[in-house]
Amino acid sequence: MLKVIAAAIGSISIAAVVVASAEPPAGAAACSGCHPASTRVTSPVLRLAARDQAAIVKAMQDFRSGVRAATVMDRIAKGFTDEEIQAIAAWYAAQK
Amino acid sequence: MKSSRRAFLKLGIAATGSAALFSPPAFSQGAAARVVVVGGGFAGASCARALRQADPRIAVTLVEANATFIACPFSNAVIGGLRELTAQQFTYERVAADGIVVARATATAVDAQARSVTLADGARLPYDRLVLAPGIDIRWGALPGYDEGAAAQMPHAWKAGEQTLLLRRQLEAMDDGGLVVISAPANPFRCPPGPYERASLIAHYLKTKKPKSKLLVLDAKDAFSKQRLFQAAWAELYPGLLEWVPLSKGGNVTSVDAATRTLVTDFGRHQAKVANVIPPQKAGRIADVAGVADRSGWCPIDPVTFESKLQAGIHVIGDAAIAGAMPKSAFAANSQAKTCAAAVARLLAGGTPSAPKLINTCYSLVAPDYGISVAGVYQPSGGQLADVPGAGGVSPTDAPRATRAAEAVLAEAWFRTITGEVFG
Repeated sequence: MLKVIAAAIGSISIAAVVVASAEPPAGAAACSGCHPASTRVTSPVLRLAARDQAAIVKAMQDFRSGVRAATVMDRIAKGFTDEEIQAIAAWYAAQK
Repeated sequence: MKSSRRAFLKLGIAATGSAALFSPPAFSQGAAARVVVVGGGFAGASCARALRQADPRIAVTLVEANATFIACPFSNAVIGGLRELTAQQFTYERVAADGIVVARATATAVDAQARSVTLADGARLPYDRLVLAPGIDIRWGALPGYDEGAAAQMPHAWKAGEQTLLLRRQLEAMDDGGLVVISAPANPFRCPPGPYERASLIAHYLKTKKPKSKLLVLDAKDAFSKQRLFQAAWAELYPGLLEWVPLSKGGNVTSVDAATRTLVTDFGRHQAKVANVIPPQKAGRIADVAGVADRSGWCPIDPVTFESKLQAGIHVIGDAAIAGAMPKSAFAANSQAKTCAAAVARLLAGGTPSAPKLINTCYSLVAPDYGISVAGVYQPSGGQLADVPGAGGVSPTDAPRATRAAEAVLAEAWFRTITGEVFG
């Protein structure tokens, strides 16, 4: 009985880790409304998956500060903190 | 099978209550968690697919009555003759290919206690969590004289499809010099900038094809989405052709007579050659049946999980939800769907969903090469989804035409991207 419970707890914690690592951080899932997740979609808006983490961070910071000209990204970037931008950039950099 | 499942669920609830450490997820003992999603629009189809992505072990059933989805965004371009309805049509093959059971049926009842959905043919679908994404229903009778029969004379075209084509045909059949009237409802309603984009693209059609005509927008409000941008563009592009009549100037339509295409306001009567009545709306019918709609006709939700504040285990996303500062848009519906899917997957795994951040971006076309946008970023605050302070807003009022042209291109790109994600 103890073994069964231990096994169950083990499998749950592994599952939790898997889910946590796959789950996008706050805000990241919304990006694909405009930035295509699918390679089948043609768009002037670039894909974020597998893009360099530092490049995403820099772009977001420049949009936020107004250094980089934008249509909507200036308005959107202002809604995210440095920590959130880092997490989103790291998550997209890890996507294929 | 059914009774053992029930017994397991009871056990699960008991164990969760007694020992926080060992919170049994719905997946233990090899049972797949079941999520039923009702409604295959931008919210529902997105959510079904995001659930499978979040955790492929979840058994997802998508209940949708129609084999073909007809998208509302860009349907104003169909009305204005710039686009064909076929460009708005999407099917569910790719959704089904994700391992989602697509049940082509109408959901007629929900038993929130027993956790099951009943379909029109009597079949019952048990669920661990239910997601309702029913979109809108027209509040027939809310505007005296406007019923389903009247909509055949004075189309609403607020659900894309035959109504969209009807309004287009009426405009095409009208002689030059005719009066077109749009009536816009009070808040809240699907697609806040929609009536004004529609007015713009009908004005564009009239200016191009029937320049002696006139377009009147009778509004139940004194303010609307992207108002300064629309009005500046109207003054530039459609002077003397398009007139907006706000509530305070007698814009509120109090009744209609379909036989004569007459719209009655407190200030007078307008007999139109073509009348587009955008009527008051409410959450789609199943929301009311499930007991998740409040007296407003819309559905209060938790801003982290989108779980109904009225019924446990039922989540509401998209136009039907009361999503605080988020508008009823396709982008918002898709953003909410992905947030809700992540929360549902966490809950089913015995975890606690973390606070989300959501985005909305809505483009409107004022002319084929003239786009404007509104964007927002949202987070839970005080039990609601609130604007993140300092973020969001509309396109600059002083932007050059090159920016407007760029936003028109981005608008079409957005449509391809979002429909690609949801249906492709």
